[in-house]
Amino acid sequence: MPSKILVALDGSECGKRALAAAVEHAKLTNSDLLLTYIIDWTPYSFHTPQELEERHQRRESEIQRANDMILNPEMVALESSGISAESVVRHGRIAETLQELTDEYKITQIYMGRRGESRMHALIFGSVTAALVQSSSVPVTVVP
Amino acid sequence: MKHLFYVLGIFAISISNAVAGIDDAINDATAPIATMIGKIVFFKIPVFGAQLPVVVLWLVVGAVFFTFYMGFINIRGFKHAIQLVRGDYADPDSHGEVSHFQALATAVSGTVGIGNIGGVAVAVTVGGPGATFWLILAGFLGMSTKFVECTLGVKYRQEFGDGHVSGGPMYYLRKGFSDRGMEGFGKFMGTFYAIGIFVGALGIGNMFQSNQAYVQLNNVSGGALDGFGWLVGLILAAVVFSVIIGGIKSIARVTEKIVPFMAVFYCLFAIIVILMNASTIPQAISNIFSGAFTGEGVAGGALGAMIIGFQRAVFSNEAGIGSASIAHSAVKTNEPITEGIVSLLEPFIDTIVICTITALVIGTAQVAASDFAGDAQGVAMTSAAFEREFSWFPIPLAFAALLFAFSTMISWSYYGLKGWTYLFGESERGQTIYKVIFCVFVALGCVVQLGPILDISDALVFLICVPNILGLYFLAPIVKREMNSYFARIESGEIKKFK
Repeated sequence: MPSKILVALDGSECGKRALAAAVEHAKLTNSDLLLTYIIDWTPYSFHTPQELEERHQRRESEIQRANDMILNPEMVALESSGISAESVVRHGRIAETLQELTDEYKITQIYMGRRGESRMHALIFGSVTAALVQSSSVPVTVVP
Repeated sequence: MKHLFYVLGIFAISISNAVAGIDDAINDATAPIATMIGKIVFFKIPVFGAQLPVVVLWLVVGAVFFTFYMGFINIRGFKHAIQLVRGDYADPDSHGEVSHFQALATAVSGTVGIGNIGGVAVAVTVGGPGATFWLILAGFLGMSTKFVECTLGVKYRQEFGDGHVSGGPMYYLRKGFSDRGMEGFGKFMGTFYAIGIFVGALGIGNMFQSNQAYVQLNNVSGGALDGFGWLVGLILAAVVFSVIIGGIKSIARVTEKIVPFMAVFYCLFAIIVILMNASTIPQAISNIFSGAFTGEGVAGGALGAMIIGFQRAVFSNEAGIGSASIAHSAVKTNEPITEGIVSLLEPFIDTIVICTITALVIGTAQVAASDFAGDAQGVAMTSAAFEREFSWFPIPLAFAALLFAFSTMISWSYYGLKGWTYLFGESERGQTIYKVIFCVFVALGCVVQLGPILDISDALVFLICVPNILGLYFLAPIVKREMNSYFARIESGEIKKFK
């Protein structure tokens, strides 16, 4: 079975380093890549009717932006490397959604950057990286 | 900047008029109008000595019909509604769109308003404890009406080129009738409803709310605001103005986030108060049941209690009015039925849970001390019932009432605006005119007495439900067909769970 590596990009330098490491890994093991960008979103939030009305438009533009700014430039850069790669943008809670994608795309390995969360932030909101490392069903490589 | 001048202008005029008795003057001027409108819409039929308003009959017959016609969807669909809200059937590919939970939460915060706190007290005062029984029954039946209107709202919504969506009765009346080959009639009904909702928004979702918020504020300040209704009204109007015209969305967003917690907080304390009066619970419940069928000491007997209960329930959960269907129609789903099923929970939360809790707080207090509230009416009566146990409670209650009123006003300004733009198009200038009118009525609400306000609000609300329910009868077969097909596909496994 061909192995497939998921790279979680977040627009940061850390994410780029995670991608670089994943590319090396993919070359060595002849794996495919799945580049992802997760837009933090929860179905359990409260909105005004006005916000609901505009939600569909905003979602489209969020996806568009993520593709244009983050995923597409990397995809173009990967073209010459000979690695087969696809990309996906999805809304959701980050750790949870990465797990969903892992199941959906039969991912064998995850690469992600350490998302410079402060200790206070992690204490209050929980750390995405820690949450993923704890819940993931496949090996996770965290790149500093 | 221009808007600021409007506000300053209104302020300047008001201050120059700020002589003693300004509240009375406005009240005297509006009361006869309210009575007149009330008389027309509340044409009453005398039945066995009680007065039955035609519109109440209209709504109840509708709710009973939909409950039977849809095969008790309010019971059958309940479990599935919770699964949908939990996201069990949510396709990950549509994450980021409006979720069932979000649509429900928005619609609920539009309906959970002063009616849940003050309206129930009105029902109990006028209709006796027995009114509570009919209120709950009306909530239960109303679930079916909501189901039909919210399904139609999603099915016939309008998607605009830029991706934003608008829906609601004006759209389903127009398109639905057109589907059934009655294009001209559909256009007429859509227009009728749109007029109803934009005028009606000024009553239930506006004057009644600001009035009761002021009453409670005045109440906790020990009457210090007596005669200053116009001032509180102006301040409230200015805040609403800043949100809906000034575009200060953050205020609305914050309210939208606090209201659900306030509702939980309110219910929690209400339950504590009820439990503190535990010994009186059996008597309070028995009063509700006996009053429902004997109606002792109530004008019109049991039937009087029933009418009042039904009337206040509709006022609170808005089933049959079609307003919630406007909020629900933003959901992105291939199955309009799912939104209808989710909306079942709305009258459940609003009427069967929150209103019942309020009724029990008042009911247990009445058993313990029958004249606990003195002359207090509406929200002040509920407040007095809480005050017996927690002397400080009226203050957070005033805050909660203010927030409930505010979020309801924001939601209704949106509903009314949708009616307005349906009629007059999306022009900015037209929308601003409507919003200014809306703010003026917020201020008026604090000045006029509760009685006339209830008359106007009720009258306007029921005016909206005439075209809506008539449309629902015609379109119900479409909903039924979709409902049967949906449940068949759930059964066969064609519609899969994602969780």
